[in-house]
Amino acid sequence: MKVLVAVKRVVDYNVKIRVKSDESGVDLANVKMAMNPFCEIAVEEAVRLKESGAADEIVVVSMGPKACQEQIRTAMALGADRGIQIETDEDLESLAVAKLLAKVVEEEQPGLVILGKQSIDSDNNQTGQMLGAITGMPQGTFASEVNLGEGIVDVTREVDGGLQTLSLKMPAIVTTDLRLNEPRYASLPNIMKAKRKPLDVKTPADYGVDVTPRLKTLKVEAPAQREAGILVSSVDELVEKLKNEAKVI
Amino acid sequence: MATLVIAEHENGALKGATLNTVTAAQQLGGDIDLLVAGSDCGAAAEAAAQVAGVNKVLLADADCYNHQLAENLAQLVTELSSGYSHILAPATTTGKNFMPRVAAALDVAQISDIVSVEGADTFKRPIYAGNAIATVQSSDAVKVITVRTTAFDAAGEGGSASVEALSAAHDAGVSSFVKEELAVSDRPELTSAKVIISGGRGMANGENFEMLEKVADKLGAAVGASRAAVDAGYVPNDMQVGQTGKIVAPELYIAVGISGAIQHLAGMKDSKYIVAINKDEEAPIFQVADYGLVADLFDAVPELEQKL
Ligand SMILES: Cc1cc2nc3c(=O)[nH]c(=O)nc-3n(C[C@H](O)[C@H](O)[C@H](O)COP(=O)(O)OP(=O)(O)OC[C@H]3O[C@@H](n4cnc5c(N)ncnc54)[C@H](O)[C@@H]3O)c2cc1C
Ligand SMILES: Nc1ncnc2c1ncn2[C@@H]1O[C@H](COP(=O)(O)O)[C@@H](O)[C@H]1O
Repeated sequence: MKVLVAVKRVVDYNVKIRVKSDESGVDLANVKMAMNPFCEIAVEEAVRLKESGAADEIVVVSMGPKACQEQIRTAMALGADRGIQIETDEDLESLAVAKLLAKVVEEEQPGLVILGKQSIDSDNNQTGQMLGAITGMPQGTFASEVNLGEGIVDVTREVDGGLQTLSLKMPAIVTTDLRLNEPRYASLPNIMKAKRKPLDVKTPADYGVDVTPRLKTLKVEAPAQREAGILVSSVDELVEKLKNEAKVI
Repeated sequence: MATLVIAEHENGALKGATLNTVTAAQQLGGDIDLLVAGSDCGAAAEAAAQVAGVNKVLLADADCYNHQLAENLAQLVTELSSGYSHILAPATTTGKNFMPRVAAALDVAQISDIVSVEGADTFKRPIYAGNAIATVQSSDAVKVITVRTTAFDAAGEGGSASVEALSAAHDAGVSSFVKEELAVSDRPELTSAKVIISGGRGMANGENFEMLEKVADKLGAAVGASRAAVDAGYVPNDMQVGQTGKIVAPELYIAVGISGAIQHLAGMKDSKYIVAINKDEEAPIFQVADYGLVADLFDAVPELEQKL
């Protein structure tokens, strides 16, 4: 079985981003970029499937400017076999990503497509589900456990009330939650090896997909700042403040 | 202009998140219809008919909608979409699951997690874990939107909408429900609680969360957790507050043994009052806390419980 994994290049999760003073967007100049953490989990899951013998090939795809080849190489260093970059400088919305992925799915015919549940920049949480609608594939979103069977995959999902397990007919889509696995680090020899793995570069036009955005960002503001609070010196003082000043207990 | 709101319900009752979503719909103007889809959900539809401001309730009662399987529910909503300018659902794990399927089937973008309605086509939504707020304008014919429930008040009662039963049963036949393990608790739900006390890695183990439960008993509070506490297995995943967990905005949020990473703050910094108890005075949680107490939680929490 072939596994397709989608990875996104985003601002590193440790970076505290700043909004541009003209409110046109977030300042990304000289900011550390990395693979979206949920995509790392997606790659790790695919690699484990390959190690267990359930998968025989892992194809990784990333869309965006040339720099996202770095994230494809990282995924290859972790165990992906080959990569596809779909190059564009357009700000891709989840719908456009899903349409492009659907084309890749058509070409590659994977048994499983694994994505992150959410990009930590746009916080959209849409792409895997949209891919499902376009391809007709079932989805197991927010996965904390994936078990392959004969032509089916059981996915345990982190839902608001607890955990839910679904059984999906394959080919199927899985989007990862934080507790699906703990991603490994790439070793130096594997980073070197990844440089020689095949990487195809395509464009949205190659797939005949229109990626024009549907949403226009009118402005991007910093959130309201909280007023600085105070330190209290004892539990007594805390209880007194909560009762008499904040009046919340 | 007319809006279709997809209700969330459980055991014959509407979930609170639906009421917040109706308020967001009211701000758009135009008629509001509510879809109640599920199995044996007639009682929820009756409850939906009483929500103030609702024009009509559509009831899709069929086995295939049990457990809100995304593949089936999305087909139903897509079919119903004609005639609506907006389709809204709460940004819960259920709404997040099926709504993007509806958007893609309609070939429109989804606007996730809106926190304000600026106009019929313009909305504000947080990005980068709430460290920026984007104002976005949609050019799509139908706006498919999920609503951050903490940003909108709950709609009241007093409506008397009609209930119209639908016969369509869409079963995509590609997914089925196996089982669920849902948390049972007498406490208020995290997302609607007035007071929340949350524990982090500083709690050291799951048993120690009993200290927080005792405080919660006195305050009628819900108990939450940081990702680190969930990852370490102290408590189950449904307690996680944050960018990728639950978004909460209670009157009072007490963070115990939580450092205050941006991903955690993203889920609770709109709380009215924040209290932090942490032994490290440098912990970033103190920067958002109205009242900070630098102390060992193993002394401070039992004392707090006593003095309440
Ligand atoms: C993609 C992604 C998504 C994430 N989503 C979330 C999310 O939704 N929610 C979330 O919470 N995190 C999330 N995180 C994780 C986040 O970055 C932090 O790692 C996490 O919030 C840390 O949890 P913590 O504060 O409990 O642990 P720590 O950062 O380890 O802090 C523990 C704190 O306890 C204090 N402490 C220890 N012992 C005591 C004591 N005896 N008395 C008093 N204080 C004590 C310490 O001083 C310290 O400040 C996410 C991370 C990533 C990468
Ligand atoms: N530009 C992209 N290239 C590759 N994969 C992407 C891209 N954008 C989103 N994805 C995938 O979709 C997931 C969810 O993203 P989103 O729906 O944008 O929150 C990510 O974790 C990736 O797996």
